Amino acid sequence: MAVILDARGLEKRFGAVTAASNINVSVEQGAIVGLIGSNGAGKTTFLNMVTGYLRPDAGSILFDGRDITGQKPRRITQQGICRSFQIPQLYNSMSVAENLMVGVGIVASGGRGWAASNALDGTPEQAVSRMLEQFGLAGLRHRQAGLLPEGTRKLLDIAMAMVVRPRVLLLDEPTSGVSADEKFALMDMVMAAVRAMQVTVLFVEHDMEVVERYVQRILAFYEGRIIADGPPAEVLRDVEVRRFVIGEQDPPAGDRHA
Amino acid sequence: MSQIPAVLADAVVYASWLFVIAVGLTLIYGVMKILNIAHGSLYALGAYSAVTLAGGWLAKGYAPLGSYAMLALAALLVGLIAGPVIERGLLRFLYAKDEIVLVLVTYALFLILEDAIKLTWGVDPMFVAEPYALLGNFEIAGLTYPTYTLVLVAAAIVVGLALWWALGFTRSGKMLLAVIHDREMSAAMGVNVGLTYFVTFTIGAFLAALGGALTAPTISVVTGMGAEVIVTAFAVVVIGGLGSLGGAALGAVIVGLVRSAAVHYQPELELFSIYLVMAAVLIARPKGLFSGAEVRKI
Amino acid sequence: MSVHRTSVALVAAAGALLALGPVIPNWAVSLVNVSLGIGVVVLGMMVLMRTGLVSFGHGLYYCLGAYAAGLASNRFGAPDMLAMVAGGALAALLVSAVLGLLLAKYREIFFAMLSLAFSMILYGLLVKSADLGSTDGFNVHAKSIAGFAVEGDAHRLGVYSVIVITAALCALLLDAYLRSHRGRLAEAIRDNELRVEYMGASVFATVHLNYVISAVLAGVGGALMAIHIGHIDPEMTYWPQSGEFVFIGILSGTGSVFAPLLGSVVFETVRSYAYEKSPDTWQMVLGVTMLMVIVFLPGGLWSLASRLRGRPDSARTGG
Repeated sequence: MAVILDARGLEKRFGAVTAASNINVSVEQGAIVGLIGSNGAGKTTFLNMVTGYLRPDAGSILFDGRDITGQKPRRITQQGICRSFQIPQLYNSMSVAENLMVGVGIVASGGRGWAASNALDGTPEQAVSRMLEQFGLAGLRHRQAGLLPEGTRKLLDIAMAMVVRPRVLLLDEPTSGVSADEKFALMDMVMAAVRAMQVTVLFVEHDMEVVERYVQRILAFYEGRIIADGPPAEVLRDVEVRRFVIGEQDPPAGDRHA
Repeated sequence: MSQIPAVLADAVVYASWLFVIAVGLTLIYGVMKILNIAHGSLYALGAYSAVTLAGGWLAKGYAPLGSYAMLALAALLVGLIAGPVIERGLLRFLYAKDEIVLVLVTYALFLILEDAIKLTWGVDPMFVAEPYALLGNFEIAGLTYPTYTLVLVAAAIVVGLALWWALGFTRSGKMLLAVIHDREMSAAMGVNVGLTYFVTFTIGAFLAALGGALTAPTISVVTGMGAEVIVTAFAVVVIGGLGSLGGAALGAVIVGLVRSAAVHYQPELELFSIYLVMAAVLIARPKGLFSGAEVRKI
Repeated sequence: MSVHRTSVALVAAAGALLALGPVIPNWAVSLVNVSLGIGVVVLGMMVLMRTGLVSFGHGLYYCLGAYAAGLASNRFGAPDMLAMVAGGALAALLVSAVLGLLLAKYREIFFAMLSLAFSMILYGLLVKSADLGSTDGFNVHAKSIAGFAVEGDAHRLGVYSVIVITAALCALLLDAYLRSHRGRLAEAIRDNELRVEYMGASVFATVHLNYVISAVLAGVGGALMAIHIGHIDPEMTYWPQSGEFVFIGILSGTGSVFAPLLGSVVFETVRSYAYEKSPDTWQMVLGVTMLMVIVFLPGGLWSLASRLRGRPDSARTGG
């Protein structure tokens, strides 16, 4: 498999705090990667650098072989990397379908900056309907986004990232704020959609149950560094990971749910 | 002959006047996040009340010096009546609205008060020149000034010092500063935000009225004076930084200097120059000269 | 492609007004002229409000459009109404394209204040320009329409027709824009700018475009009013005039391009009635109305209309 995302030597400091130190990550196309680590370990900083919200102090990010380091979020989205948010970023006054239509409309009216892979098949209305089906939101299409329950907001937030047809999707804590009995249903839905669209996924997650169930590879962050990188079974057995990420007393993994 | 002394002297007078009006506006914005267009109407209300009270006092043939007390009384009455009525009767129901919607609310209030003034005092210009004439003139650096202008300058200094002392050295003043700094936090810490708003608005209204009452003897009091003054006051508080008391002083000095210089050197640029400075400051430092940067987190 | 309902209704309404032109009394002609002239400016306010912006300085473009029309007519030998409207639009376009580069970064109260500053700069210039009549302004004479000289009754009807047709055209074009993908970004920006950027669109470019559109509409409205009234003065860019536009925008709501036009008719009718009955309290009536709308009808009069038809209304006031 070809490498689609390649981060080399990323550094980021906020005053005295090192948020990223020599981060090297290479992700193959179609991979599902989990990013774990305690709060402040640098997971979200990494995600923010890849999506252009933060500019790294040093290092470079290559997407599909092209350098996207320090580009604006809008340009990065256009090239095929999109993200969801820990706190859902919706258009609260609009309906669920309209929320998705904004993204479809942006892609449809296109422009120079857009990658060919983003192109819609069918009409904008069809694209919205397909996405609503895929995320189980069809029954809620006319509901106002601002009035949805939190679990549905998270789902819509992810659908809004998917609707511009990215090749790489970054999810920032997709199950935070979602009740324990809903989280697997939500993730099943997201993963089915991701597989259908052949998207590479990186997601930040605190819940080890979720991580173990869905990912093929884990990146463990600690104090701005990556301390382990590999298949879940291997990484979760790592001594450092057990101490710094999961906790020394070795509690049942499920209790780490954020 | 150099005009510089005249420019500076005029600037001091004008800046004093601006400060008294603008400091109330910025105080209300800082604490309540309301950019109060009706501040202009309160100013006009102060001026009209001053004409009525001081004029009435003098018409009765009482001691002319008492007319100064009447000016102060006019400002006090407007502050203590209009302030609480507006805050308790209207604004407190709308605090949850957006900042920009609150501007519109005060604009509606401005329209209402403008007509209330017309209904009460009519549309003919009114005068009460005695307090102005009474004090005669004085000379400084070869320039003759009405002594009354010193009253304005003194008022600005007293207001400035009083606010500085109240905010820096009293318990309730420190609470007020805390609310300016972080509204949610201070509410959580047990500051009575409702009471703070009430007091702030009343003080702000008083300051607007004081500006009007002190100005009344120097001008003909006419309809529309509120509209004129509020936009100048906006320029002052925007230049200094909305909600910053020090900024209001700095803004008043800058606008005072700019206008005074324009009047002496290029009279046709008088208004233009004030708003040019306002736009320039907004462009260079959107949050005014006295402000720090904010960062958004996601 | 099917023609949208709103377009049909606009053309029908314009047709009806044009047909009525010769038979309705003078006061009605005048009411329509003023309402639609101002209505076009308020269409511009609507674009801004949908983007979540409130300008306390749109009198700038209203005044600029009027002065450009007046100068085109009196100085540059183009007393043709269409040339005057084009001149007004062009002046607003040029100035707003430049100022928009600055303003498109501003939001909320800072946007309102910088707009205000710009409009007051023009005011400060105009009141001291003896050449342009200072505070008195000057008279404007529109003499022809598309090359055909008009006088007397034909002039009266000509002005009316130009205003009705221009207003309808502006509304038609604006409606098409607002229904386009780009146009719909306005409300997305009002709701969540961050998401718009992460969906791959430029917030700055859209805000800039919407600002220019709203300015051109204000410029056209100013030119129309110059033609109708035959006189222009610096009060057109004084802040209470801008406040009035905001007022009518809030009163109207942003649910449809009809809202500003109808809201403007309501406003002008109430104003002329209230002014006649009680010249000293009409502002009070306006102020109370505005408070009522803000408190009880935040979507404006148009939301009332759609509520009566039993449809949910996504439109709200700006901010």
